Amino acid sequence: MNSLSSSMRTLIAGIACIAILLVAGTVMPKWLTFLITMSAANGLVSLGIVSLMRTGVVSFGQGMVFALGGYTAALSFGNLGITDAVLLALGGGLVALLVALPFALLIARYRGIFFAMLSLALSMVLYGLLMKSQTMGGSDGFNMGRVSIFGVRPTDSWSGYASYAVTVTLGGLVGMAMRIYFDSTRGLVALASRDNEIRVEYLGSSVQNLIAANYLIAAFTGGMGGALAVMALGHVEPEFSFWTTSGDFVFVAILAGHHSVIAAFIASTVLEIVRSFSSSYFPNSWQLSLGLFLLAVIRFLPRGIGSIWEAKRKKGEQA
Amino acid sequence: MSAHDFAISARSLEKRFGAVVAASDINVDIPAGAKVSLIGSNGAGKTTFVNMITGYIKPDSGQILLHGENIAGLAPRSIARLGVARSFQIPQLFKEMTVFDNMLVAIASQAGGLSFWRTARNTAAQERAAELLERFELSAHTHRTVGELPGGVRKLLDIAMALTRQPKVLLLDEPTSGVSADEKFPMMDTVMRALSQEAVTVLFVEHDMDIVDRYADRVIAFYSGRVIADDKPSIALASADVQRYVTGTLSDRKEHAED
Repeated sequence: MNSLSSSMRTLIAGIACIAILLVAGTVMPKWLTFLITMSAANGLVSLGIVSLMRTGVVSFGQGMVFALGGYTAALSFGNLGITDAVLLALGGGLVALLVALPFALLIARYRGIFFAMLSLALSMVLYGLLMKSQTMGGSDGFNMGRVSIFGVRPTDSWSGYASYAVTVTLGGLVGMAMRIYFDSTRGLVALASRDNEIRVEYLGSSVQNLIAANYLIAAFTGGMGGALAVMALGHVEPEFSFWTTSGDFVFVAILAGHHSVIAAFIASTVLEIVRSFSSSYFPNSWQLSLGLFLLAVIRFLPRGIGSIWEAKRKKGEQA
Repeated sequence: MSAHDFAISARSLEKRFGAVVAASDINVDIPAGAKVSLIGSNGAGKTTFVNMITGYIKPDSGQILLHGENIAGLAPRSIARLGVARSFQIPQLFKEMTVFDNMLVAIASQAGGLSFWRTARNTAAQERAAELLERFELSAHTHRTVGELPGGVRKLLDIAMALTRQPKVLLLDEPTSGVSADEKFPMMDTVMRALSQEAVTVLFVEHDMDIVDRYADRVIAFYSGRVIADDKPSIALASADVQRYVTGTLSDRKEHAED
């Protein structure tokens, strides 16, 4: 009963958010729908890092799964003739998950900076391979055409909205699934392992397995985010796997904190807005404003934007 | 009686750390349902014995039988799944979480409990957590975070969490250490009252002989990694070896007189 109501609350809130965004998208200016599309796609990648943060580790190599998802979507579109946006997004997530699979149990043995550096190393290996591979377009990457949705190819004027609609819908659905997972028995034990691994082991759970599972979940969401970003951009390049791209995702995850799912999407949107406006008004020093913004968040919200909701939830419980 | 009839049996258990002998030829049989106190001075081998049973330390040789099944060398989580739980000298809690969430983590960790979608706050888990907190007289602390709790309350929570699995064997590592003298007996009363509702064998490491005398129905005394006494408290605590090496109550004059 309680389980049902908790999940139902998540589903109702998630569906309401998706519906509002879909309706609002029809009246938004195109620059804003594109900004939200990219925020949602990137937010999915950062959401994966948030799930890893809940087990006490941070990946500095999510660019790898982002690129894997992006290249999978672009290659499937160009070589296999798959044009359906949902299939391409799911395919991107699946390929990223399959590539991450052999590394999951290995990387889950490491903690702290070693986990971060190993994940970074994997992403830079992929970056090197993509740069050298002419069949993948080398350093320039390659373009991707316009996708269809359930067999319907949108017209020029609606193609931006179509990409937006698919991204916010899939982002919302994955967000709901992630919230249900975070609230689950596994999600709670994973969160506890961040605090005290020894006790989790003595209670009968494997911390390594918990981290490995979250690593694979992060790979799937990252791959899906990469595929959706490529569909919106119409272009993929090795830069997707470069360490600075991974750094952006970590930036968003730190901004969001590890408590809230929606905070990952909000933080991603905030980053896009700050970046867009800063680069317009301070083209030579926009990184400075980004840095100052992060400093302010770390100073005043050290546990991230999501800690605002968490504090309210705890107060509610105590009342 | 066969090894199956005992909750825990140790057979020729050995453990060395370099030149230091932490366990030497330990052979004990602990019947199911017993309340056994492990005593000895610092470095005598009590905690090593507990750590070998719970899998934190792998013995160099010998067997540890849990109802006849050898568990020596298994990982702590595997041993926990077989029904051995423990509390810690320094309580191992989830400091960022509330008392209630600590209990929910312990309940969620039970065999077959880890699900990707079943909420950790399901009705059964919440009822079980509330019931155990009440049994350990912790209900008033339900929504406090662990960082806010006094030492004695942390100890009780640590033990309550260990009990969520309904273990066959529960090991308590110095449950009254760090607790004031006035609080020791009330705390042990609470613990023993809570444990009396479970069919569990309890081994507790203890330095306070008054606690041992009141709550244990058997005492195993260690010295230099060896078992020097294994009997009822009245007999074990009166033995010359225990008085000489553990309690220090055997005076030199009496010792010389005995010689």
